[in-house]
Order: sequence, then C-alpha cells, then structure tokens
Amino acid sequence: MSRIKKAFEDGKAFIPFITCGDPDIDTTAACVREAVRNGADLIELGIPFSDPTAEGPVIQSANLRALTGGITTDKVFELVEDLRRDIDVPMVFMTYANVVFSYGKERFLEKCKNTGIDGIILPDLPYEEKEEFLPYCRANGVDLISLVAPTSDERIAMIAREAEGFLYIVSSLGVTGTRSRITTDLKSIVDVVRENTDIPCAIGFGISAPQQAEEMASLSDGAIVGSAIIKIIEKYGKEAPSHVGEYVRTMKDAVRGIY
Amino acid sequence: MTNLNGRFGSHGGQYIPETLMNAVIELEEAYNHYKNDREFNEELSALFNEYAGRPSRLYFAEKMTEDLGGAKIYLKREDLNHTGAHKINNVLGQALLAKKMGKTRLIAETGAGQHGVATATAAALLGMECVVFMGEEDTVRQALNVYRMKLLGAEVIPVKTGTATLKDAVSEAMREWTSRISDTHYCLGSVMGPHPFPTIVRDFQAVISKEIREQIIEKEGRLPDVVMACVGGGSNAIGTFYHFIEDRQVRLIGCEAAGRGVDTFETAATIATGKPGIFHGMKSYFCQDEFGQIAPVYSISAGLDYPGIGPEHAYLHDIGRAEYVPVTDDEAVCAFEYLARTEGIIPAIESAHAIAHALKIAPEMERDRIIVITVSGRGDKDCAAIARYRGEDIHE
Repeated sequence: MSRIKKAFEDGKAFIPFITCGDPDIDTTAACVREAVRNGADLIELGIPFSDPTAEGPVIQSANLRALTGGITTDKVFELVEDLRRDIDVPMVFMTYANVVFSYGKERFLEKCKNTGIDGIILPDLPYEEKEEFLPYCRANGVDLISLVAPTSDERIAMIAREAEGFLYIVSSLGVTGTRSRITTDLKSIVDVVRENTDIPCAIGFGISAPQQAEEMASLSDGAIVGSAIIKIIEKYGKEAPSHVGEYVRTMKDAVRGIY
Repeated sequence: MTNLNGRFGSHGGQYIPETLMNAVIELEEAYNHYKNDREFNEELSALFNEYAGRPSRLYFAEKMTEDLGGAKIYLKREDLNHTGAHKINNVLGQALLAKKMGKTRLIAETGAGQHGVATATAAALLGMECVVFMGEEDTVRQALNVYRMKLLGAEVIPVKTGTATLKDAVSEAMREWTSRISDTHYCLGSVMGPHPFPTIVRDFQAVISKEIREQIIEKEGRLPDVVMACVGGGSNAIGTFYHFIEDRQVRLIGCEAAGRGVDTFETAATIATGKPGIFHGMKSYFCQDEFGQIAPVYSISAGLDYPGIGPEHAYLHDIGRAEYVPVTDDEAVCAFEYLARTEGIIPAIESAHAIAHALKIAPEMERDRIIVITVSGRGDKDCAAIARYRGEDIHE
C-alpha cells in the first residue's frame, strides 16, 4: 500500500503545510518533526517560488522570507533526505510548475523518488496540462495530486476519475489564507468525487480554527492547513517548532472529533 | 497559428489554477462565437473608427529618412489613438466581449499605465466597474496615468509585493480574478497569459498590420522590407507582425528592453537573456535563475519591464521568422529625444526602443528599402522620467 493511502486508513487525516526554509532550513526540519510527533498524517512541503500566484499574503511572505534566506531546490531535497531518516509519514511537495520545469522534469522527479517524496501538488497545473509532468511522475512512482475547486462543476468527475494519491478540494474561491467562513457547498463536490474515485479527498484553503477543521474533515477524509501554521512560524521564528506541534495536536484532535 | 490547445509550437498552454479553468473555457467559447458574429464586429469597428480614431496614420517620416540617409521610414501612428496608445484596440475588443458575456466588472494589470487607462476608458464608455492593479514602483514612475485612471472612474490598487512592477501587477490581477469570477472579466493587456488570451489579444491588435498593409500598398505599391515594434509582452509587436507573417520577404523585428545592458542583471530582454519556463499561465521564455525563480527585471520603460514574452513571439523566435534585438535605456532615451527633435513626435519610451533600433539599421539599408516602425504610444507620460534620467527635476 502506498504511504499516501495508508495515511488515510486510520481515521480522518490532518495535513499541515510548511514552507521550506522559512525562516531557515533547521527550523523547517524541527517544525516537520514536531508536527509528525503530534499526529500529522501527511506533510505538505512548500518549495518556495518567487511569484506564487495561488497564494495569499501570508504564504507569499513565507516564500519571500525563505528565498531571502537562501533556500534552493537542492537544499529542499537535502532537507527531505534528512527528514526521511526518522520520518515515515508521507510527504508531498507543493510548488509551482516552473520550479519543477526549470530543474528538469526527469531530474526533479527522480530526486523525489530517491529522497522519499510521495507526491507533488502544482497549483498552476490544471487537468488540461498534466501530461507535461505525468509521465515523469509515473516513471518514478510519485503521485501527481489533482485539485478541484468550487468553480469546477462538471469538471469534477473528469478530474476525480484520473486522480492519484489523494484529491485536494479547494474550499473557496480565491487564494490561500484563513477565512472566517467557508460557504461553498462542499458536500455536493465530495459526493461527485466519491462517485468517481476511491482515492481519499481532503479539503484545504481557508481553514484555521479547530471547529472548521472538524467540519471539513467530517465532509471529507481530511483537512489541510497552511496559512494558519505559517502565521505561527512568522510569529515565533526559530522558536516556532513547539508552537507548531501544539497547534497540530489541537487540530488533529479536532479532525478526529476530540476537542 | 494557434492549435486547439492554444499552443504556438511548444509555447502557450493554460498553466493556471483549477479555479480559473471554467472561466477561460467560458471566455474561449464566447470569443469563438463572437469573433465571427456580424453584429459584434460592426459594433467593434464602430468603436475603433468613431471612438478610438482608427485607422491610425501611416506617416512618411521624411526628415528622419533624409537624416539617416538609408531606407525610407514610415511610422505607424498608434500614438494618435484615443488614450494615446495601441492598448485601446485590445481593450475595446475585450470589454465589448465581456459585456456580451454578461460581465459587469473589468480588472486589469498595468505597467506604464497605458493599458490601465485604456481599460478604465472602455469601462467608463460601456458602463462597467473597473479595478486596475499597478506595481507601486510604477505608480510613482507613472503618477499622471494613475490620476487619469481615477478620473475615468477606476479604482487603482498599488501592488507592493515582489518587485512592485508589472509582473507583480499581473500576479495580483490573477489572484483577484480567482476570488471573483462570476461578474468579472480579467482584461489582460498583452499577448500573454493562459490560452485564449494570447490569441484574443493578437486578433484585436492585428488591425495594426492589416492597416499597415493596405496603407503601404497604397503609398508605395508594395510591401515593406522591415516592420518593427517594441516588445514587452508583445501585443503591439504581434499586431504589427501578424498580417506579414506569411510574407517571408518582410523582416519582422521586435525590440526588447535591455535596461542597462544584456550583460548586466538590470535588464528585461527576455529572448536575449531568458530560458524556457512556465509562468503566468503560459510556457514561453522567461528571465529566471537556475532554480526557476523569476528574475527581478529592470527597464527604464515600465511597459517593457516584464520578465517574459508572449508565447507566439517565443515561437516566431524558435522558427526564426522574427528577430528580437535588445535596446538599452540609453539608446531608447536618445531615440526618444531624436524623434521629438527630428519629426516633432514624442514617442512613448516603450516605442522609442523600436525607433532606437531603426536608427542603427536604416542607414545601412539602400534608399529604395522601406521600414515601418510602429509608434505604439505617445510620450507625454514619460517626460518627467526622461527629464530625471537627464538629471533634471521637473514637477508635473
């Protein structure tokens, strides 16, 4: 069984997103370890991009801090190699198409396989363009994770049928960032997803409070949280790991309905 | 030239968030319907002719020709259009299309402010709401245009992220579109971004070369030897090239902004210094570092200060049909002053890049040769910045 599938076997999943190299690579490593120790089921590692068009201000700033701090794609792979010595939960990259394209698609995906990355999420790669990267992902056993959005409508079935790993359901219109309310009819989206695929689906974008996480996870197979964690890292800097761990614990309890 | 998936050779495509996919599909369907619709085309022609002042003049620059002593030089006067640049061609087309689609709000990015002004103008004319994203740096360089947009009823949002220039304005406009799609059309200003934008914008700008062709045949009885234009994203250049692409004897030259030189980091010459990449919805050439991080480009011209180039230009470069040459700030400023003195025409600093290259090649050509240069916009907006470049501080 793939690591990603296994992550959803044991009840609802909590998936934290962390931008690599924000504020430095050691803090990222410590945050990931704390998140895993506190129950994170799958880790989304962001490889910074200079112009992240799907991100709101919080993650944009994290990308900028990380790039200013000297993070590179090579250093991210070194980080993954280090994490894989003691971390068993699945890890997926979330980055932009140009980061993979410019590194060399074959070289990038081979390195994913060799360092232990289970999947990649490219928010600027819709269904119509996935052939650009899919053959290289397949050749290396890395899942190319698809997204569906509130505007996907009749596209949901088509995307779900070919989805791999898990399906990322974007909760709201707009970019990443916390929202006080999520108003999309997510149940209808999940229903279409379920009719078309057996792979798990998780909801992300806008989730920060435990109650939201519980609600989103109850509708799907898990909740993805990015900006709320980045805010903790922004606030505490090098001291962030224990705070991230604490937050992950609360959110993990929430998705399991304990809080 | 476009295939079904919006590809120009390997370039183009639709590299955008899933959230926007149905919006671009809806746009493509609407465009395919209206582009052959008689009523739509009549309305657009009326706007072009009665409102924007088309056709624009093809002016024989006699003094410049005499002074350079080589090829005959004609200037395609897009600077004489309403709002002062070629941008209005595309904007009237897209705004009318958006209105037909039932959209009530236009958003746009702008660099020099010309596209923002044009969009604000069309929004005012057609009774639509308008929001323009402009890099904060550019709002300073082009303060006059910011005021014009506000005067026209648009909201101008200064973009502070990244380099606070054109690329960041595009990113912010894309983000805004992701958050509000149902009533909003993103009126992209150049032949870039995801399919179908490069095709739509090209088709609306192709009126430039359609007119040049008719006008030069009337004046000279033959096609020109060279047509040239400045290139940022490349909309006035593709408009200038389009109806000559099949005429192999016509040289097509695009003039990129080299900033302080292509051997420095302060440049925006994409073909000269970029490599293939995927950004802002398209595959094309981009200025970037070895890990694919988009480079903070520089040019004195806010309108050419962009790290990429439209996918059709990337393709014309790949197949060798068009040539792309870098022109520095200094060369462009000299050409700006030269055209003012020689012909009494103050070109936009963007257009001055094309004039600058003509100053290099015209003297080397025989007197029976013909060059057509598109003057994409007028230079009033640039006077303060050029004065500063020359060490003079004037208050507008």
